[in-house]
This record gives sequence, structure tokens and C-alpha cells, in this order.
Amino acid sequence: MNVLVKVLSFSVALILIFTGVAYVLPQMEGAAPEETVVDVGELTIESFVAMGEELYQGKGNCALCHNDLGRAPDLLAFDVTRASRERMADPRYQGAASDVEGYLRESMLQPSMYVVEGFGTKGSGDAESPMPAVDKPPIQLSELAIGAIIAYLQDKDGNPVTVALPDAAAGNDDGAAPALPALVQSAEAAMAKYGCAACHAILQSAATLGPGLNDIGSRQSIEQIRDSIVNPAAVIDEDYLVMMPEFPNMTLGELKMIVGFLAKQSGDQS
Amino acid sequence: MRSDSRYPSQRAGRFLLLALMVLVIDLSLAQATAAEQLTAGAENVEVAAASLLPAPNPQRADYPNIGVSSRNLVWIIAQMHLFFGALVLAVPIFVLVIEIIGFRTSDDRYDDMAHEFMKISLTAYAITALFGGTLALSLFLLYPHLMTYLMRAFGSQVLVYAALFFLESMLLYIYYYGWNALRYGNRKWLHLTLGLLLNAVGTTLLVVANSWTTFMMAPSGVDPATGAVIGNIWEVMKGPLWNPLNLHRFIANVAFGGAVVGAYAAFKFLSAKNPEEKAHYDWMGYSSNFISILAFLPLPFAGYWLMAEIYAYSQQMGILAMGGILAWLFVIQAVLICTILLAGNYYLWTGMGRSEGAERYRWAIKYIATVLILGFLVWVTPHNIIYTAAEITRLGGGNHPVLGPLGIMPAKNIAVFLMLICTFLSFQLYRRADKVITVSWQNWGNALMASIYAVAIANIIFAGVYYGYFTNTVYKVGSSVIQVMSTVFVIVSGVVLDTLMFKGAKTLHVTWGKVSSRSQYALFALPIAFTWLMALMGYVRTSIRTHWHVYTVMPDNSPDNFIPTLQTVGNMVTLATLLFLSFLLFIFWIANLSGTRQLPIAADNNPALAGGKA
Repeated sequence: MNVLVKVLSFSVALILIFTGVAYVLPQMEGAAPEETVVDVGELTIESFVAMGEELYQGKGNCALCHNDLGRAPDLLAFDVTRASRERMADPRYQGAASDVEGYLRESMLQPSMYVVEGFGTKGSGDAESPMPAVDKPPIQLSELAIGAIIAYLQDKDGNPVTVALPDAAAGNDDGAAPALPALVQSAEAAMAKYGCAACHAILQSAATLGPGLNDIGSRQSIEQIRDSIVNPAAVIDEDYLVMMPEFPNMTLGELKMIVGFLAKQSGDQS
Repeated sequence: MRSDSRYPSQRAGRFLLLALMVLVIDLSLAQATAAEQLTAGAENVEVAAASLLPAPNPQRADYPNIGVSSRNLVWIIAQMHLFFGALVLAVPIFVLVIEIIGFRTSDDRYDDMAHEFMKISLTAYAITALFGGTLALSLFLLYPHLMTYLMRAFGSQVLVYAALFFLESMLLYIYYYGWNALRYGNRKWLHLTLGLLLNAVGTTLLVVANSWTTFMMAPSGVDPATGAVIGNIWEVMKGPLWNPLNLHRFIANVAFGGAVVGAYAAFKFLSAKNPEEKAHYDWMGYSSNFISILAFLPLPFAGYWLMAEIYAYSQQMGILAMGGILAWLFVIQAVLICTILLAGNYYLWTGMGRSEGAERYRWAIKYIATVLILGFLVWVTPHNIIYTAAEITRLGGGNHPVLGPLGIMPAKNIAVFLMLICTFLSFQLYRRADKVITVSWQNWGNALMASIYAVAIANIIFAGVYYGYFTNTVYKVGSSVIQVMSTVFVIVSGVVLDTLMFKGAKTLHVTWGKVSSRSQYALFALPIAFTWLMALMGYVRTSIRTHWHVYTVMPDNSPDNFIPTLQTVGNMVTLATLLFLSFLLFIFWIANLSGTRQLPIAADNNPALAGGKA
């Protein structure tokens, strides 16, 4: 019995150590992509671009490979519009696109039309791309979603967006609204999404963990407000601790809405 | 006395013929099933029409709700089935090898040990079947649409599986209960043939069941747009991940089975009442550890192949596992594999005390231990973690300037391969500990072996550093091939050279049983870590399907179609491991009970028998 107790104690202790390792690592949950209906008629170019950015980071899975780890060209590190023109002029290009928008759409639907050197499927001599066609499973982006990503890729480098805004009537033969990720439509909704009011006094909140924001517009410029959100640790009020996290998934559109809203907060409202 | 010892080559020929027959039967079964499906598809219009039904797309409300998480319930039951399945398929493999060694050396100890191992497998077999049945019922109850689709894809193959299970049961019982009746002479050949058939059927069961799993990960034989089954059974089975998984599971099962029976031997050693028992179970524990570590050494290579095929099938799937949300699990994997390597090495080092010849090699242990610990530290270093803003400011970026480079695969590959080479070195030193080599070219042989180690280590470090840090990602992956080849070359050349050098070697006395009780706990650490590891990696493999029941063709819209947090995963894996441990103790107890015989009750101690009042 003594041996049994010792062996059991040892085994359970070892199992608990392994479990403990799982507890000390970062805890993340990976939700399945949710399909929600968006009113296409309400879309503006800004919100369309923001939608593209959200799709790029989320459901489109683009950022999974197109990042700085070298799996696929890091699209955020160079001017995609200029690179598209260069690639269409390259003799290795096999596609039929004649403009940047067409090239980007073709790249997503038929990725092997042009494969950047060194990024082809192993053994294919850069003739075949490992990238899946984004309109097919498992990604299954709709035509509207593909357009939004193209708009984002054009806009991110300051180039004009050539993708036409989707027409609610033309875009849906069956009259149903397309399934797209839900977009935050207002600054208040964006701030609720990122939990600003949990620490800052703003809207109906009287929280004191972070500086109050009801008069932020009278204390800081638009640039300062934007910098404080993008890089929270850069400048810290001496009365407060460094607690504010970064928001890597915040879209450009959400940032613009929040900054615009905060810049108008002069304290008069309260 | 063996009656046919004059004709060894004839016996070997007979044995080979039987082995070939088993293989032919295996292949015929697969082909017959494929042909059957083809014929049915061509001749029966209704069946052909039915087979063009698209994959189901059940909505959330279509999933039965029994009040507990369906995924968690199926997770535990499936894991228990897999644990026991692995055990009962693995044990007969090395039992057969031990039986053959016993037969060739005429040493009854091997035969007895093999028989005792089978006792464990026999009880585990019934539990495997019970969990298998429960799993099937749970799946049909909780995921009826998925099971309907899988039945449509695999058709009558599932009945072939059931038939094989019957055959496996019969062979297992005849093999175990016929052991002593078929112990010597020609009868032993019959028994060995039964063992071979048992393993052939067991392995066929394994690969058939694997095809269901790999179909869900990388479906083949279906229309990619609708999921309609358009291929024959062979096309459905032979997906791109089938063979890599077959190899990986086969090797892993042997390592796992060896570790579990090693724990049994350790338990018996610690409970032994006399030196003879201690000596027997010490030897049994050593043999089990030998099998386990020997099977474990090539396992990472099979793992690399499986992962490479996953990447080739879907880069997105591969990156999700290795660089996405599931990547953190590989930190736990590092802790588990390092536990296995440290425990295996520690057992070998302490076991060297059984022979006085070990003193010649003791100096090397501290260097091996240093490499193992450094390798462990590099392996568990994450690429980055979730920092607070203040920490990022202090670090000056998202990665630690010194530790950051240790968090990526090239550094980990160097660590892993050096740890494997060191483990093989421990293994080689242990084998040399009780021998005095006498061949005339021993100095040249030792120099050659040392050179092979030096070149392989230099190769591993150079390939990892140069290709890992000074070229782009495509070459990073290619560098691991050089590292794998270097490690395999060390292992193969070490075994070959030792075999040649041990010819005519003087064998020193080995005192079995002369080993510390502490060393036996290493034999418990091995199966615990193996069990946890199997459950964890099985979870990773299945989770890379994300929100798909069958990747890209049948979505998972159930309430559990998300990837849970690591804490939840840890809890589930721990629960499965504890349950397995409890059942294992039950099996050990049953195995002990079968050898217990109650002594007759003396009449004067029993009032009822003595005529008094009870």
C-alpha cells in the first residue's frame, strides 16, 4: 500500500506540473468566423476599407502568412499598388489583368498566375503558389469581401481606391444582403468594443484607473490622442500606472472614429 | 528439447513465407474493398446517385444537446479508446520480438517476460473494445450528420473493420492462452506465426481507423466544392496524410506501450519481497525502457514528415499549428518531451551501476546532462509572449533581444537534435558498460565513432545557424533535412559499429536488482509524460481543422466549434490522463490477482467445516 501511495503521489504531482504549464501560458480562444449581415447601402469608402482591413486580419487569414516571418511576402511592408504594376510587367506573369485592381483580384483567386521568387510550393520552381484560392473553402470570401480587401491594400499605401462601392441591388441577385463581418458603425460602439470605459471616465463611465477623457479634446491635439491609442506606453501621465494595452486588431476606421470623437470632448458635455 | 534444430534455414524460410502470406492478405483486403466499391458504383445507379449527395451542413439547432458539452464528452471517450488502443496494438509487437529473442537464445526468461506482458494487453483489450463501442454510440448520438457523411464515404469498409476486430480477438486469445501449449519445437513456430498474424491484423486495424481521422483532416475522393463522395474507397482512404500518420502512430504506439509495461515492471520492482523478484522486475523494466527509448528516438522524424505533409496539403493548416493560436501548445510539448528524455537518460545512468564496467564512462554523464538541460531551456523559450505596454517599452520591441532568436524553430531544431544524439550516446554507453571490447581494431573503431559524433554535431549546429538565421524561410525548412540525416546517421552507424565491435567481447557481470528505487520513478515519469503528450498532440492534430468537421467540405456549426483556451485543454488532457492511470492500476491489479491463489482453509480454523456454529 505504501508503494501504491508513493507511486500515485508521484504520478499525480507530475500530471499537475504539466497542467500548471498550460495555466501559465497565454490564454486565447479561437472563435469560428461569424457570418453577420451588413447593410451594403450604408457603406462608405472609409468603412469599406476598414472592412477590408478587418477581413485581412481576421476571416481572410491573410496575415497568417503575409507577415514578417517570411512565409509569404509581407504586404504591409511595401507599396502593394506599385509592386502589382511591376509584377504585371514581369515576363513570368501569366495572368490576364491589366490594372492593379484586376491583378490583386486575380492574385487572390488564382495565386499561381505570378509567384514571387522564393515563395513557391516546394519543388515547383516558383511556378505554383501554396496560397489557397480565397473564394474556395476553407476561407470562402465573398466577392464583396475580396473587393474590400483590395480597397484596403490600395488605401494602406495612400493610393486611390479603384474598387467601386458595392451596390446593394447589383451585388445580390437574390436580393439578400451579403454575409460580411459586422462593422462598428460609431465611435461609441468602437469604444465599447475595446472597453475604453472600463478604465477611463468617458460616456457614462466614471472610472478612474486611467485619465478621464471627457475633456481630452481640450488638453490634447488630434495627433497626441492618436499616438496615445497607437502606442499607449509612449507618454504616461505621472499620476497613473502603465496599464493600457495595445490594440493590434483595431482597424483604421475604428481608430479614426475614436480619435475624432475624443477630439471633440472638451468637457462641456459633462 | 527442440526437435527440429538441425534445419534452421528451412525454419526461417517457412517463417518468411508466412510473413509474406500475411502481407498479401493485407493488401488483398484493401484491394478487394476498393474493387467492391468500384463495382457497386458502376452497376448500381441508385447507389451512384446517393453517393453524389453533398456533404451535410447542419445548423446549430440540429446538434443534439444532452446537457453537457458534446465535444468534451467525445474528447474524453475517444482519448481513452486511443490510449488503450495504442497499448493493445503496441504490446504484441514487442512481445513477438521478445519471444523471437527468447527462442533464438533458448532463454526462458524472455519467453516468461513476453507472456507476462501479454497478460496486461489482454485486460486492456477488453477495455479498448468497451471504450470503442461507447465512442461509436456517442458519435452517432451527438454528431449524427457527421457520422452519416462518414458512413457514406467509407461504406462497407467499416464492416471490414468490425470483421478484423473479431479476427484480432480470436488471435489474441489463442496467442495468449496457447502460450504454454505451444512453447517448444515446431509448436513454437506455430505460436510465432500466430503472433505475426495478430500483429498484421492489429496493424491493419490501426491503418483502417487512421483513414477516418486523416479523411477528416484532408479529405480525398470527394468533390471539393460540394463534398459529394466521388471516389472509390481506396481513393477516400488514401489521403495525403494517411501514410505519415500511420507511421507516426505505429512508432509512437510502440514507445508508449514500452513505457506502460515499464511502469508495470517498476511497480512490481518496488513491491518485490525478495532479491529474485527484484532482479526479475529490474530486468523487465530495463527491457521495457530499452524498447520505449529505441522507438522514441525515430519518432521526431516521423513527426517531421507528418508536419511537412500537413504544410504541403495546406500551408494555412500548418501555420495555424506551428505559428498560430495552437503554437503555444508546442511549449508544453517541449516540457513533456524533455521530461521523457531526462527520465530515459536518468534511468540509463543509474542503471549503469549494475555493472562495474560502467565506471569507465561515468565522466561523460555530466556533459550529457548539461547538453540536455541547455537543450530543454532553448526548446521551452517562446518566440514572444503577451507583454504589458511597460514591458514592451523596457524590451524595446516585441521580442527579447537575447532570448528572441532562441524562440524560433532553427534554435529549437538544434536543441532537439542534440538532445536526441545525447540520448543515443547514453544508450550506447549503457550498452558498452558491461562489455570489454576485444577486437584488434577497437581504437580505430572508437575514433571513427567519435568522429561521426563530432561531424554530426557540427553539421546540426552549422545547418541550424546558417540556414536558420542567414537565409530565408524556404531554406530554414530545408536545413532540418540535413539535421535529420546527421542524427539518423549517428544512430545507425552507432548500432552497426557496436555490433561489429562487440564480436568476441568479454561480458562483465551484471547484477540485476542492484539499482536504486529512485530510478524506478523515472519509469513512471515516462508513461505519464507519454500519455499527456499523446493526448495533447492528438488535440493539436484534430484542432487544426478549426471549425470544420471534415476540412473544407463539412463545416462544424456545433456550439463547440471554437478552439478552447490552453487551461481548458490542460484540464481535459489531465482528466484523460488521470482516468487512464486509474484504469491502468486496475489492469495491474487484475494482472496480479490472476497469479494469486488462496491457500486452503484449515478445518480447525473454520467452524462451519469443523461442524461448529459459523
